[in-house]
Amino acid sequence: MHINDLPVPDVYDLPDARGRFGEYGGIYVAETLMAALDELKQEYARAKADKAFMDEYRYELKHYVGRPSPIYHAKRWSEVLGGAQIYLKREDLNHTGAHKINNTIGQALLARRMGKKRVIAETGAGQHGVASATVAARYGMECVVYMGAEDVQRQAANVYRMKLMGATVVPVTSGSRTLKDALNEAMRDWVTNVDHTFYILGTAAGPHPYPMLVRDFQAVIGEESKVQMVEMAGRQPDVVVACVGGGSNAIGMFYPYIQVPGVRMIGVEAGGDGVETGRHAAPLSAGRPGVLHGNRTYLMQDAHGQIIETHSISAGLDYPGVGPEHSYLKDMGRVEYTAANDDEALAAFHELCRTEGIIPALESSHALAYAKRLAPTLPRDQIILVNLSGRGDKDIPTVAKLSGIEL
Amino acid sequence: MARIQTVFSRLKSQQKQALIPYITAGDPHPAATVGLMHALVAGGADIVELGVPFSDPMADGPVIQKASERALAHGVSLTSVLDMVRDFRRRDTETPVVLMGYANPVEAMGYEVFAKAASEAGVDGVLTVDLPPEEAAALSDTLKAHGLDPIFLLAPTTPDWRVAEVAKHAAGYVYYVSLKGVTGAATLDIDSVASKLAHLRGQLSLPIGVGFGIRDAASAQAVARIADSVIIGSRLVQEVEEHGADAAVRLTAFLREVRSAMDAARQ
Ligand SMILES: Cc1ncc(COP(=O)(O)O)c(C=O)c1O
Repeated sequence: MHINDLPVPDVYDLPDARGRFGEYGGIYVAETLMAALDELKQEYARAKADKAFMDEYRYELKHYVGRPSPIYHAKRWSEVLGGAQIYLKREDLNHTGAHKINNTIGQALLARRMGKKRVIAETGAGQHGVASATVAARYGMECVVYMGAEDVQRQAANVYRMKLMGATVVPVTSGSRTLKDALNEAMRDWVTNVDHTFYILGTAAGPHPYPMLVRDFQAVIGEESKVQMVEMAGRQPDVVVACVGGGSNAIGMFYPYIQVPGVRMIGVEAGGDGVETGRHAAPLSAGRPGVLHGNRTYLMQDAHGQIIETHSISAGLDYPGVGPEHSYLKDMGRVEYTAANDDEALAAFHELCRTEGIIPALESSHALAYAKRLAPTLPRDQIILVNLSGRGDKDIPTVAKLSGIEL
Repeated sequence: MARIQTVFSRLKSQQKQALIPYITAGDPHPAATVGLMHALVAGGADIVELGVPFSDPMADGPVIQKASERALAHGVSLTSVLDMVRDFRRRDTETPVVLMGYANPVEAMGYEVFAKAASEAGVDGVLTVDLPPEEAAALSDTLKAHGLDPIFLLAPTTPDWRVAEVAKHAAGYVYYVSLKGVTGAATLDIDSVASKLAHLRGQLSLPIGVGFGIRDAASAQAVARIADSVIIGSRLVQEVEEHGADAAVRLTAFLREVRSAMDAARQ
């Protein structure tokens, strides 16, 4: 797409009062949860307008998470690729190793404000589970994390990390035993314990107000980037790239750029074995709109509206839905969505390790894979900013196994 | 008159309450469902709730989740559920059938196509668990245009202003969820249900059914004393899980026991 054709909106004030991003989003849950979501919406509106709340959130990001995360010019890798300059937003340097904690701090502070002493979370790779267990320990709350039984096996180190911080990890054996089923189970817990429990949802999906509040808490990524890019390069990037699972790191990066002219944005989904094989986790690239987990959005589903199993090398992208704001931005054309398959992500993972001494998360490696594809096609004075959403320590066993190495 | 309304006015004149059993369509296999539905009616069911299996039954406990998984393993879809209802109607033209399920299969089929097909198959009401009134206007209107009743849930957490919202869209009856939890959860607190129902009666003219946590004749009788109908699900699905297609006689016997306990409630 030519830069001048980018549909940059003059006004962007979404979601609306019903939690809608155009036709996407909304509140599709059983009646029992409606009152709790309403309460959350009201309390969040008050918190956002409360200087003391926002000051504490920013204080925690600075002193507990270590923000602002730096932007790093990956000169050697850019040189190898022989085209545009690649800059990395280093969310991997955050406490707990990913962007997830930006959101869990915000939601835990909300939970405390609402007097809820028990928090629950769903997790796939375990990053959001770890970030939730971390803040629960930090604020003295009980924490229960739901995790697909498959993922408990695949991500043993993260399970132990959560336990070290006092969380209870519940393996979920229903359905496909992965992230979507963990989300179902967390919702079931919430329905049952709604009076005293706060659900810390880990991505920019779910029923309103979650997609909005997760976006707002993650928007610090893009807000910092806007300032840092000017400091480092004297201008904003030409292209911004982020991986998309449920879409929280991507929307956190994209949201502050939506109304900035001349900035192309690209969300990269998990292509698995290849989008053409059907074995992937790329609803925006190859799905259809439908209703799941409380919102209307693009989904991976069969002809009868049953949700189908996803495939990805990265557990954090292994999700059949996507945050509703991405569905809106896709239809509007402001953000382009594409996919990188397992092999490409793995190749980018290794390349960043060797050329820059940075071990990226497999999720983030999908964004890197796209940058690797794009950079050589652009002139050397162009800038690609990649959101490096997390570090790859958690993925070392997976990568070693793929290389035939027993650790 | 619509079948559901007919049932409630007949029962009212008899001072009885409706017995509404639930089973998941296609569990344990698609060929068994119609027989099980007739078995429910033989046991005294006034209305049959038929669960449409979904891959992500967020509001259901383990018993109904597993029933859904068994049905889906046989390739059961919304289309095949409608075929089952059509088949049921060959022998039973009176007992109302209510489909209970999640939004996405209906979204995938399309509201208009679904409402027309459901009406032709002999469905009477549709309860879409994850479509609260805020999101349900379009589907409710389409259902009503085809003579189908949109059934809505009310919960212990529902504030008055939302009851008014539900009242705007609902028809047939409303389904009061007796507890905060998923289907198949622990037993209900009859006193709190009674006081909530008394409050709801002031705001709603539709009959009120109570479900979640009713597992035996005693709890059914207690609910029959305060509600217009008794809805039993997980307990029956468990029977199907344990005895497969052979559950038919057991379902009939169990419902007979429940039915007589309910009918004794007002004597
Ligand atoms: C490092 C990292 N990046 C990305 C994701 C994907 O989530 P989201 O799309 O919400 O950013 C995850 C999820 O676990 C993650 O751990």
